[in-house]
Parts: sequence; C-alpha cells; structure tokens
Amino acid sequence: MRFERREHRSTLLVIATPILAVIAALAIAGLLIAAAGAPVFEAYWKILTSAFGSRLSATETLTRASPLILTGLAAAVAFRARLWNIGGEGQFYLGAIAAAAASAHLFAGLPSLLQIPLLFIVGAFAGMVLLLVPLWLRLRFSVDEVVTTLLLNFVALLFVSMLIDGVLKDPAAFGWPQSEAVDAAARLPKLLARSRLHIGLGIAVVIAFLIYFVQTRTVFGVQSRAAGLNPSGAVFAGVPLGRTLVIVAMISGGLAGLAGTIEVLGVKGYVTTDLSPGYGYSGIVVAMLANLNPLGVVLAALFTATMFVGADGMSRSMGIPTYIADVTVALSLLSMLVAVFFTQYRIRR
Amino acid sequence: MTDTVLDIRNVSKRFGDNLANDDISLSLAKGEIVALLGENGAGKTTLMSILFGHYVPDTGSVSVMRQMLPPGKPRAAIRAGVGMVHQHFSLAPNLTVLENVMTGTESLWSLGSNVSAGRKKLIEISQRFGLKVDPDARLGDLSVGEQQRVEILKALYNDARILVLDEPTAVLTKLEAETLFSTLKDMARQGLSLIFISHKLDEVMATADRIVVLRGGKLVAERNVGETSKAELAELMVGRKVTRPVREASTPGEIVLEAAGITVRSGGVDRLKSVDFRLRAGEVLGIIGVSGNGQAVLAQLLSGTIGRSAGDLVLFGKGAGDLTVADAVSSGIGRIPEDRNRDGAIGEMAIWENAVLERLPEFSKAGLVDRKAGIAFATKIISAFDVRGGSPTSRIRLLSGGNMQKLILGRNLIEHPRILLAAQPARGLDEGAVAAVHERILEARKAGTAVLLISEDLDEVMALADRIQAIVGGRLSPSVNAEDVDARRLGLMMAGEWGGSADAV
Repeated sequence: MRFERREHRSTLLVIATPILAVIAALAIAGLLIAAAGAPVFEAYWKILTSAFGSRLSATETLTRASPLILTGLAAAVAFRARLWNIGGEGQFYLGAIAAAAASAHLFAGLPSLLQIPLLFIVGAFAGMVLLLVPLWLRLRFSVDEVVTTLLLNFVALLFVSMLIDGVLKDPAAFGWPQSEAVDAAARLPKLLARSRLHIGLGIAVVIAFLIYFVQTRTVFGVQSRAAGLNPSGAVFAGVPLGRTLVIVAMISGGLAGLAGTIEVLGVKGYVTTDLSPGYGYSGIVVAMLANLNPLGVVLAALFTATMFVGADGMSRSMGIPTYIADVTVALSLLSMLVAVFFTQYRIRR
Repeated sequence: MTDTVLDIRNVSKRFGDNLANDDISLSLAKGEIVALLGENGAGKTTLMSILFGHYVPDTGSVSVMRQMLPPGKPRAAIRAGVGMVHQHFSLAPNLTVLENVMTGTESLWSLGSNVSAGRKKLIEISQRFGLKVDPDARLGDLSVGEQQRVEILKALYNDARILVLDEPTAVLTKLEAETLFSTLKDMARQGLSLIFISHKLDEVMATADRIVVLRGGKLVAERNVGETSKAELAELMVGRKVTRPVREASTPGEIVLEAAGITVRSGGVDRLKSVDFRLRAGEVLGIIGVSGNGQAVLAQLLSGTIGRSAGDLVLFGKGAGDLTVADAVSSGIGRIPEDRNRDGAIGEMAIWENAVLERLPEFSKAGLVDRKAGIAFATKIISAFDVRGGSPTSRIRLLSGGNMQKLILGRNLIEHPRILLAAQPARGLDEGAVAAVHERILEARKAGTAVLLISEDLDEVMALADRIQAIVGGRLSPSVNAEDVDARRLGLMMAGEWGGSADAV
C-alpha cells in the first residue's frame, strides 16, 4: 500500500472533507459516550438542543462563537503565510486589557460612536505589538516563533494578572482581582434584547468576508500566499518577504487583540484572568478545522461553540463529563487533518 | 543469452486512460549494463517500479535468476537481489551513513543492533567497489554525489545482484557523473548487472552495453551500443527527427549590460571576485563553469535577489544602483532561474498566478489583482509557447518539467525583454524540450534580445553562445569567441587555465 499525490482536487471533495471529518469525530466520540453508559444518539440530541434548543441557548452559542471566529481568523491568516502564531491567547488578553484601561482612563465620557472604534484600534494595536516582537526575533535572529509566541501567552497573562491586581484594580470589587469596568458608552450594542448576544458577531462575520476578499483578490493576498507556499520562489518573483510577514503579523495579532477587545466590551465589561476559556488556543483548532479558509472559519467556530455550549447542557442532564466536548473537538481536528491528507493523496495498492 | 539474471515478460500497466507500459519484455545478462532510454513519461520509471514491486502489473511477469517474483512485494524483490537507487534518495539526513545503510536490514523486534558486523560489511563493500565513504558521517552533511554513493552502498549491502538506477546523473555535476559511470562499469566487471534510466544520450552512449528505448509506454527499439548513434537514438526516443536549432551569424548591437569589478561577499567569502563582462543586444554570452563556482551568485545578482559588495553595473547606459527584482522586471530583464521548482514556480498556485506573480503591478488596479487579464496573459503564453498539460487555472505543479520551463520562458519572452538571463535553462529536460528551449533562446537573440546564458553543459554553450567566458572560483575569464574554441579548450578554461590570450570583446 502506498500514497500517491492526487492530480486534481474536486470541489466536491474539498467541501465534503470537513463534513466527513466531523461525522467521523462524532462517531468516535460516540464510542466514548457509550462507554460512559449513556445512549449515544440521545446524548448528541441533548448537545444539539442544549446549544440551540431555546432562545437563550442559541444566543449563548452565538456569543461564544464570536471571539472564536476572530481568533480563528487570526490563526488562519498567519498560518497561510507560514507564520506560526500560537500566541492568540496572549494577544487576546493584551487586547482586552488595553481596551479596558483606555476606556476607563483615556476615553471615558466619549460617545459610543467614537469611543468604540477607538477602543477597537487600541485593542488590535496591543495584539499586534505582542506578535511583532516574535516576528522581529524571527526575521532578525531566526528564532522559532512557535516557541516565542507560545511562551508570550504566559507572559501576557501574568502581565494582565499583575495589572488587575495592581494599577488597574477595581477598588469596588471587594478585593477581587479584576479591572475597572469599561465606560458605559463603550459597551457594545446588543444584537438581541434580553440576551448576551452583541454586535461582535456581525463584526466578526464581516471581517471573515473581508479577509477572504483580501486573500483571493488583492496583490497582498496573492503575495502572502506565495510567501507561505514557497518563500524562495516568492523572493525570486520580487515579493518583499519581510514586509509581507510584518503585514500578516499585524493582521493576525490585530485580530486576536480585537477578539479580546470585543469580548470585554461586549460581554463582561471588565477584565479578569478567566475572561477567555482558551479562545486563543481554540482559534488554532478552528483555523485548522476550516482548512485555513476564512469563510470556513465562521462555520468551524460555530461548530466548536456548539460543542462546548451543548456539552455543558448534555452533561448536566445525562451525567457525562463535559470533557466530551474537548474530546470531540480534538477528534474533529485529528480527523480533519487525516481528511485533508486524503484530499491530497490517494491510496494505491 | 546463457547468463540471464532478469527476465521481464510482457508487462503491461494502465493508469486510468494512460497505458504506461504496453507489453514490454526485457532481459538482462550477468555483468551487463542496460540503459533504459526514453523521454519523461515514456514509462521507464513505471517499468522499474513494477520490477521492484512498487506496482502490480496488469499482465506479465518478472523473474530474477529464473525465479518468478511475486508481484507487488518490494521485500521479495530485495531478497531476490534487486537493488534500487532512486532519483530522490530514500535516506534519512539525520542519521549516519552506517545507520542509513543498516536501516531495514534488521528485524524491528531484535533488541540489539549488530553495528560492528554492519560496519565491517559496509567497509568491505565500499573497498571492493571503490565507493569511498565515511561510515560515521551524518548523511545531511554529505554532498549530493556522496549521498548517492550511500544509496548505492545500501543496495549492495542488501546483497543486490541487479542494480537499478533511476536518472542517476540528474542531480550530479559533470565530474561526479563521470566518477559514477566509471564505478558502474567496474561493478559490471565484477559480475553485477545494471539498469540505468536516462534521457541523456551522451551518458547512455558512453556507459551502456545495450540500449532499450521506450516511447509512449512501448518498447520501440533495442540496440547494442556499437550499432547505433546519438542521432538514431534521439529519433527513436522522440519519434521524429529532432534537430537542435542552429545559431545563425549576426552582428550584435550596442552594449546593454556592463559589469565592471563586481564583487559579492557573503559569509566572509567572496562569492564573486571582481567580475567583468559586457553584454550586447542580439548576442548570446555563455558563462560556463562547473556548478558551485559562483554562477548561481551571478544569476541571483542579475535577477535582483541579492546585492553586490563592490563594482559597477551599467544597465542600458545608466548605473543600475541596487538592482531589485522589481527593477529587473520593469527594466526588461527576463529571468530564467536555475532551479525552476524552487525559484521559478509556486507549485500550489495556479498557472496564471505563476505567470503574473513577478509583474503584479502590471496586472492589478488599486491593489486588486486583475484575474481576467492574468488568465488572458497565461492563455497567450500557453498557446504561443506550446505549454501542454494544464489550463491557466490549474496548479502549475501538474506540468511536466519541460512544460513548466516553457511557461517560465514564455512569461519572460512574450513581452520581448531586452535582456534574457537564462541559468541552466535546459537542465533536466528531455531531448524534445531541450530543442524547444534552445530554439526560443535563439529566436530571442535574433529579435535583438541580449542573452546571458549560464550553463555547465558544454554542448549547450557551444551551440548557443557567440562568446564564452568561464567562471572558476568566483572569477570570470576573459571572453573568447565561440568559433575559436573547441571542447578541449573550454574544458581547460573551466579548470581555470585561461592563460593570457583573450580575444577582444
């Protein structure tokens, strides 16, 4: 048995790949559910109804999906250009704290229409800076950015922890380490009344389409794709490799920072160290599930959010640990990687 | 023949619509060297993969030493004494030579590894066949030629009696290739039988006892080496008369590119040392040299991908400053890179994207790529340069080497560049494609393009160039007129013996 490269990839195959991967993952996770002694189909039905069965659960799922879309895009954009940004989590937190601090101190009192865009810029900028440092190290000293971006996550989180227990600590929080609340005018408008769903979802989806457009239609998109696929070929064709990577890093870090900003302005209103249940890391999974396609990221983020919200509900009613959500998402990623492999290779005997 | 060691009988293999092998029979005697000659896609590699058990033939059989081989079992082929030296080596760069050679020879379940016995056997084989190699060197540190030696040793270590080499010289320098062929002849004298796959007529004529020509999956001819000629073989291989184009006399025009005292320093070493040359419109200047002597650096410099440390570059009568890729492209320098897969194309991108990538400013408005114009451009190249095997929107990786090279030529020549920089333009191409590439280069010369041809192929340079300079250790010899030199003189020049007798420019 051997693997042979496929000459042509049909569109059908490319579309069917993630669907088959998810089905395979659900089937394998089903074995685990069965092993835990619960009826498999009922459990999956519970996951679905817990995630979308009521107005509350549906809005909750969508609220969870919003930051995942943005962190997923952050990873997808970087990975396309072979910039391995594993630092989404740190950029997320830095974006969140920068926006919260700016709102409480710098822009307090400004009207929403002015303040919110300004905070988006500030948050995105903070995320950018955190990614530009490892990129500079890579370009200047060939330091592997996988290591630096990953480790900077902990640096960023501890830095945020220091701030919210120090200079940015909310005096009205009874000693809890949390930042001062953002200005009321900085809170994002709700998409639906009586829910946590805010306009961040719309912003994230629009950005996904924007990125798709940039990647497929613009000179920069073509150049960054070339730089990722074959750096020496790109250099020969005159693509400025360093500059392209810097722009990619600014977009990627900016998106992760924006995800943090939108989460703090849209949901909580202040920063704690549990603002993110690993959105930055899950973004990597989302990007891979989407095969780095920006529009696919939206769907992958939705799937991931569904699994997490749904598994919570399923676990409450059926007594299966919520870790089944982590397992299922992880299995989806693995089966996606296998499936992507088979879109490129076929088995020959 | 009495001493038949290998007998391939009536083998056919079909892939989809493509009949890769059509009823091929072939035998090999002890101590014989057979060359399997054919263009890319003629079915040579498929046939050898069937022999080695990588593919199962649809019909037909393979026997080694009168024993039928079970189809599709590489292990059985190895045990029967068939060794394969792949074009792309199947070695691990992070292991030592000895480890590489021993990999796969011991059971996975045995706890220890008998390294000392392995070392003894390896040294013994390497001495017997004159394949010198350090058993403890890390493979990744070896040159390509040495790595190939390890691959051969690995096959011999497995007690191969029949050795199959897939395009063994594709990755070697001329000198390494000559060493390889004398080793092969020595091995044949010691009773080994060899098959080597090639599409290079010279090496086939110089090395093989018998030549088998495949075309379109069929065995079209079998010749003993004394009874045939290069011309006949070329015709058999391509299926029609191939004539390499002939250079017509012409008078060159004004100087378009002048280099004076150019030095390129990197990593503390002078890659180019005070290089001088002049290039005129309508002439071909050949830069010849054994690879690794600075010609790649010269090509990079003129392509705009690296800068120079000293010296003047005058382009169309004006100082060229720091020549960037964008400068080169916009001022009309067509560039054919030495390694088309690494530098010339982005394999996973569409043909049209590859066609316009280096001239995106022309094919975009306000930062948006003009896809329609790009596809039209690619379509024009495909039809004008006879690129086969893909449409503008298919990935360029799907093209064969020759067709990819035609596309690269096309994207440069279709706009009639004033200068064409061609680095090893025919490397790795089959006979038909070489002729096509040469014809295009001579056409460009006739149309007034100044061509700088960098090559290590003597025949190519003598066929195309008006003037020749040799590059040795980063230095460039004075130029000589192509009419005044023969292969011997060029060989001396490539060895650094260019004396004082330079002809005037």
